[in-house]
Amino acid sequence: MSETLPADGLLGWSWLLIALPLAGAAVLLLGGRRTDRWGHLLGTATVAASFVLALLCTIQLAGQDGAPADVELFTFISTGELDVRAGLLFDPLSAVFALLITGVGSLIHVYSVGYMAHDPARRRFFAYLNLFVAAMLLLVLGNSFVALYVGWEGVGLASYLLIAFWYTRPAAATAAKKAFIMNRVGDVGLALAIFVMFAQLGTTSYAGVFGAVGTLAGGTVTALGLLLLLGACGKSGQFPLQAWLPDAMEGPTPVSALIHAATMVTAGVYLIARSAPIYDLTETARAVVLAIGALTLLIGAIAGCAYDDIKKVLAYSTVSQIGYMFLAVGLGPAGYVAGLAHLLAHGFFKAGLFLGAGSVMHAMNDQVDMRRFGGLWRKLPVTFVTFGLGYLALIGFPFLSGYFTKDAIIEAALDRDDVWGWVLGGVAVLGAGLTAFYMTRLMLMTFFGRARWEEGVHPHESPSVMTAPMVVLAIGSVGAGALLVSVFPLSGWLEPVFGEPEEAAHVVAPAVVGLVVTAVMLLGVLAAWLFVGRREVPVTAPVRVSPVTRAARHALYADAVNESLFMRPGQWLTRALVWVDNRGVDGAVNGLAATFGGSSSRLGRAQTGFVRSYALGILGGAVLVAGALLAVTAG
Amino acid sequence: MTLSYYLVLAAILFTIGAVGVLVRRNAIVVFMCVELMLNAVNLTLITFARSTGTVDGQIMALFVMVVAAAEVVVGLAIIMSIYRTRRSASIDDANLLKY
Repeated sequence: MSETLPADGLLGWSWLLIALPLAGAAVLLLGGRRTDRWGHLLGTATVAASFVLALLCTIQLAGQDGAPADVELFTFISTGELDVRAGLLFDPLSAVFALLITGVGSLIHVYSVGYMAHDPARRRFFAYLNLFVAAMLLLVLGNSFVALYVGWEGVGLASYLLIAFWYTRPAAATAAKKAFIMNRVGDVGLALAIFVMFAQLGTTSYAGVFGAVGTLAGGTVTALGLLLLLGACGKSGQFPLQAWLPDAMEGPTPVSALIHAATMVTAGVYLIARSAPIYDLTETARAVVLAIGALTLLIGAIAGCAYDDIKKVLAYSTVSQIGYMFLAVGLGPAGYVAGLAHLLAHGFFKAGLFLGAGSVMHAMNDQVDMRRFGGLWRKLPVTFVTFGLGYLALIGFPFLSGYFTKDAIIEAALDRDDVWGWVLGGVAVLGAGLTAFYMTRLMLMTFFGRARWEEGVHPHESPSVMTAPMVVLAIGSVGAGALLVSVFPLSGWLEPVFGEPEEAAHVVAPAVVGLVVTAVMLLGVLAAWLFVGRREVPVTAPVRVSPVTRAARHALYADAVNESLFMRPGQWLTRALVWVDNRGVDGAVNGLAATFGGSSSRLGRAQTGFVRSYALGILGGAVLVAGALLAVTAG
Repeated sequence: MTLSYYLVLAAILFTIGAVGVLVRRNAIVVFMCVELMLNAVNLTLITFARSTGTVDGQIMALFVMVVAAAEVVVGLAIIMSIYRTRRSASIDDANLLKY
């Protein structure tokens, strides 16, 4: 890492990046109905202002050759040896993320103005979106793991609120809870990693941790790496915590585009890239990152092939593409830049695809079943073209963004020049073929073929407030890859963070990789055309299917595994504990009380109210005492 | 030798009193039986005082008499008021204070 400069000029104001959307959220949430009329405009304006500010900050950062700027804000926690300072770190890596979040965020805010126009709770929606943008910016701009954690939990909260935005629908409420709980599992890992840093290093600032991590024992560093990875897996929907992400599509579509495609779910990739100095010291943790990335890539791609819900296919596609990014950052220095380039390109085309899907749903009365679409290209020309460009970018059509960024990852995997390099490269190529298959299937079922619309559906193109962001994102999908690889190379920009990019000795020539990937991609497209495009698409999903298809329809039984391994035993445990509590603990306490109560009421019967019986008792007692005294003195 | 006569008399008196308290229902009679028991005790105290030649027992007896006199005042007043409200002096009728 290069020398940190004190923030001056505009960079000193970079806290405004977070403060603006946060203020927007506060005004909208506290202002109540009074802000209904202009709330969406304020929400959009704050994020747009943040984008402009991020742009200006990035220009200044470029002016000082990418030397990171540290913005001291205030002392967050100070007790004894524990001293946590809240501060921001504006370096090339966070700048890239800040631009992505505010840029795509602004576009999606604009889109939401149209998409949520008829929703009575539009103001609340924008308040949550602003809250999300603020938390996400804190996540990427914080200069310590604690600041990152605050943002991390903030985006988790915003994600929960937005998935359950239509909370009257049981499916949405359940999906939100599922997302929240599965994220918690990952957050435990992140929290434990921070505790380890406190215990072992006494600091959580990036500079402090990365400066001293070399002094730790190898086992501790590996533990740190694995714990951070657990957190990353939870947030990014990676194996084994991937099942929440597709369910999260119950939220409004702009949420899926912003949070569950472009920004929040990439936080795990950010965490691993940011923690590069830790992973540089532990091959074990890095190998686990690789394995998880490769596995998730395949799981997501396979599940994506079988779903009929347009948003779920895109969600599994997201899971799969983030698998690519994990694979890339797991490769180490060779892959960081490739992974982040794919992240940025993915932010563009996946957000664009989701907005396109939202536009289709808008036209089809919120229908998500692709078997009920078909022939829409004529009715929704703008959506079709923008969606189509995003599609081509995602499957890696030559010279669109996915082509550059995905190939870079595959090249980096092959450059390992060992058996694992070939395995990982092969998995990535196979994933590219599957991606082409499921995305082509989605395109064919949605836009081509016979119209299979339900009765009374009259598709119409969305208003321009929705199509304009889609057009911008489509342009980004087309150009981002070329821009990031050749015109404005990301590797050069990120050099202050990850160091000088090594000139890799290519095992396989990049041109050959490009050709092979393109060939596999075309095979996938052809297969999709053979299976879907050539024949009539049935309106209901066929029941008699091969076991492979059935497994893919159940997302390779991830939910079943989670239920049988974790949920059921958890339920048994809680039921057993409740039983022990009711019967054991409560039983003992209540039994004791009942014993005393019963015996006292039985003893109370002795109080007859007859004076003479009392007198007899007194006499008997006196005789006993006298007898005892006599016995003692005589004996 | 003479000592035991007095003590046996006191024991007999005390037993009559105790049995009276236990078996009689009339509050006045029970009351008189209590007095009988007190005086049996007094007799014992005086007997021992005489036999040892000290005045401790006699003083104790005086105390008992004073207390008994005071007790008679209170006790008779209670019996009177019970009788006025319930038209009965039977102690078995006054059994409200129970479980």
